[in-house]
Amino acid sequence: MLTKKLDIIDADRCVGCLSCVFACARRYGEGGYDRSAIAVRSVAGVEKGFVVIVCRACTDPPCAKVCPTNALVAKKGGGVFLNPNKCIGCGFCRNACPIGAVMWDEAANKPIICVQCGYCVDFCPHDVIGIVERQTEGV
Amino acid sequence: MHPNDPLYRVLYIDLTKKIYWIEDRRELFENYLGGAGVAINLLKEECPRGADPLRPENPIVFAVGPFTGLYPIASKTVAMFKSPLTGNLGESHAGGRSAIAIRMAGYGAIVIKGASKHPVYVAVHGDKVFFRDARALWGIKSSITVARIIREKEPGAGQRAIMRIGRAGENLVKYACVVTETYRHFGRLGLGAVFGSKKLKAFVVSGKRSLPVLDKRRYREIYKELFDTMVKSPLMKKYHDLGTAANVIPLNKIGALPTKNLKESKFENADKISGEYLAEKYLGRRLACAHCPVACIHLAALREPYETEPYFYKTTFISYDYELIYSLGSMLGIRNAEDMLKVLDEVEVLGLDGISSGVVLAWATEAYEKGIINENDTLGLRFKWGDYETYIKALRYIVEQPNEFYKALANGVDYAASKYGGEKFALAFGKNEMPGYHTGYLGYFGFLVGSRHSHLDMGGYSIDQKALGKEYNLDELVVKALREEEWRQILSSLVVCFFARGIYKPEIVAKALEPLGWNLTPEDLGKIGAKIHRLKYEFKFREGFDLDSLRLPHRIFETPTPHGYLDEYKFKEMIEKFKLLIQKQI
Ligand code: SF4
Ligand code: SF4
Ligand code: SF4
Repeated sequence: MLTKKLDIIDADRCVGCLSCVFACARRYGEGGYDRSAIAVRSVAGVEKGFVVIVCRACTDPPCAKVCPTNALVAKKGGGVFLNPNKCIGCGFCRNACPIGAVMWDEAANKPIICVQCGYCVDFCPHDVIGIVERQTEGV
Repeated sequence: MHPNDPLYRVLYIDLTKKIYWIEDRRELFENYLGGAGVAINLLKEECPRGADPLRPENPIVFAVGPFTGLYPIASKTVAMFKSPLTGNLGESHAGGRSAIAIRMAGYGAIVIKGASKHPVYVAVHGDKVFFRDARALWGIKSSITVARIIREKEPGAGQRAIMRIGRAGENLVKYACVVTETYRHFGRLGLGAVFGSKKLKAFVVSGKRSLPVLDKRRYREIYKELFDTMVKSPLMKKYHDLGTAANVIPLNKIGALPTKNLKESKFENADKISGEYLAEKYLGRRLACAHCPVACIHLAALREPYETEPYFYKTTFISYDYELIYSLGSMLGIRNAEDMLKVLDEVEVLGLDGISSGVVLAWATEAYEKGIINENDTLGLRFKWGDYETYIKALRYIVEQPNEFYKALANGVDYAASKYGGEKFALAFGKNEMPGYHTGYLGYFGFLVGSRHSHLDMGGYSIDQKALGKEYNLDELVVKALREEEWRQILSSLVVCFFARGIYKPEIVAKALEPLGWNLTPEDLGKIGAKIHRLKYEFKFREGFDLDSLRLPHRIFETPTPHGYLDEYKFKEMIEKFKLLIQKQI
């Protein structure tokens, strides 16, 4: 099936402005970035450039595999869906993600999961991130 | 202001007692917004009359504003302190991640008091403050290394600011800077020396939180409008493409680029140190301050071979902008980009203010030419325009201060000239070394009476340029400049970067404040701006600033500006006019 997902187009163009990070938090109509699902940090000092960390929408997501309460379930076509009511905040998912894309909501003590909405893309002035279509097998 | 916005929280840190506490200063923020407005109030509270800038009684105030973390380009931190360079109001702004980090840690302002006996660095992580031993960091050769070490040790990657001083700050050079995120600086007026006097090697801040707004829908709409205007604005494109270095060629063309200690106002090699040339040959990376889509920070990549080993190179990233190209390029007659970049790098490593350093070296070169100083003073250095290797050695001597001469240079050009002579070509205003605009009356007028003697106070350099070929009514322009400075108090209280001043107009600011829970009209804002300016001037007068005894270096009358030769008498008239305006204000 054909699905849309957020992807990194070219991280070398990133200037570290955090516009995307703030954009994601604005989905909740708030400022700051406590509840942002995307993170940007320098590689090892800003002169070396930045890494942009965001959910890759895995088709076989390790985070969902380790969830003891089925709060986190794999979505058709990739990515995961979080049911916060079931989540007990154990943090297994966060540890399971090899790229560190399961962010954490400190106030609620629950994970923050990218929903692949693409809102952040409109606020990246330097074409670092984009929404791409991809073909996933089966289902 | 939204009742749950943590902006009202002020963190106090006492370095003498190694304690900290948080106070609710809601009334300050409600009346003065944040940034400069809140900082001048805190400075007045904390800094005793006649305080010695390098004694524990001199506080350091950092402040951010209501837009920080909520709207783009509210990315500056305002620092206030008593300046060791001028002995008066010290105010310096820096971006990087500093403003966001302070806001996300949950504060509107931070006050650092007292002094430690031994070197420390302070780490603020949200509500917790840690005093860490910095004895092993004191004396490290490069300010960049210090940051690398702290980066490894402290949590909060991606969410923290690491402000630190170099050896210039440790050794109390009066124009030492504080570096943040390696390429941003609290450059002017010697905050680095104040850090050094407190044995404060570095200040780390980090945090993560949400900021509440009252009207979520309106907030999102206004954000989008602002953001779109910013990324589409041609001015912003200019800052992104070439950065402020874009100004080198146009200023040189009109004869406003101070060259060789302002003996000239055009530089024959301007092309070779221009923004265009640097971008083509050296630009390695562009960076943004946190929450700024423009990304005006330009890093040159300088590749240098190791002498001892073939095909072995080191690549250094060096940030450049117009002010540094002026002070460490044309002012020193440096003829090519590579030589200039090497000087810039040394300034960064030592933690000096680039503008002051360049002006001091330019004075020294002319003083040497004229025989006012000799090789006994300079410890054998032969200052010569364009000789970057000598300049690098001299910068190191300024930091080490091995003799009386270099001690004098470490006190600034005004002091050095008062000891050795050559006042006529010592380019300082209010004891602050001049910025790079030989544009005409308003530029210099701004350096003279602007509350921090910076070109950014009233934007006089830009008024001069706009007046080219038009009527140049100085009487009216003085009023205009003062109004501009008053408005800029609002921008620096919201901590909006001045590059976005064309976007954050009074009506837009009032509109953007609304969904955050503020109720202020453009007129209200104007009044607050004037009030803040008045408070600053009161502080200046309290500490001995006197409009009747301002010194204008004679050199500015000897070299033509785009408006021709300047007339000293006209400045007297402008100052008289300004005095009337200020008296009305106070
Ligand atoms: S934190 Fe919540 S979603 Fe993550 S594994 Fe634990 S229960 Fe599942
Ligand atoms: S796609 Fe949506 S949820 Fe994911 S990081 Fe961007 S804004 Fe946040
Ligand atoms: S908005 Fe784009 S350039 Fe800015 S931090 Fe995010 S990915 Fe990087």
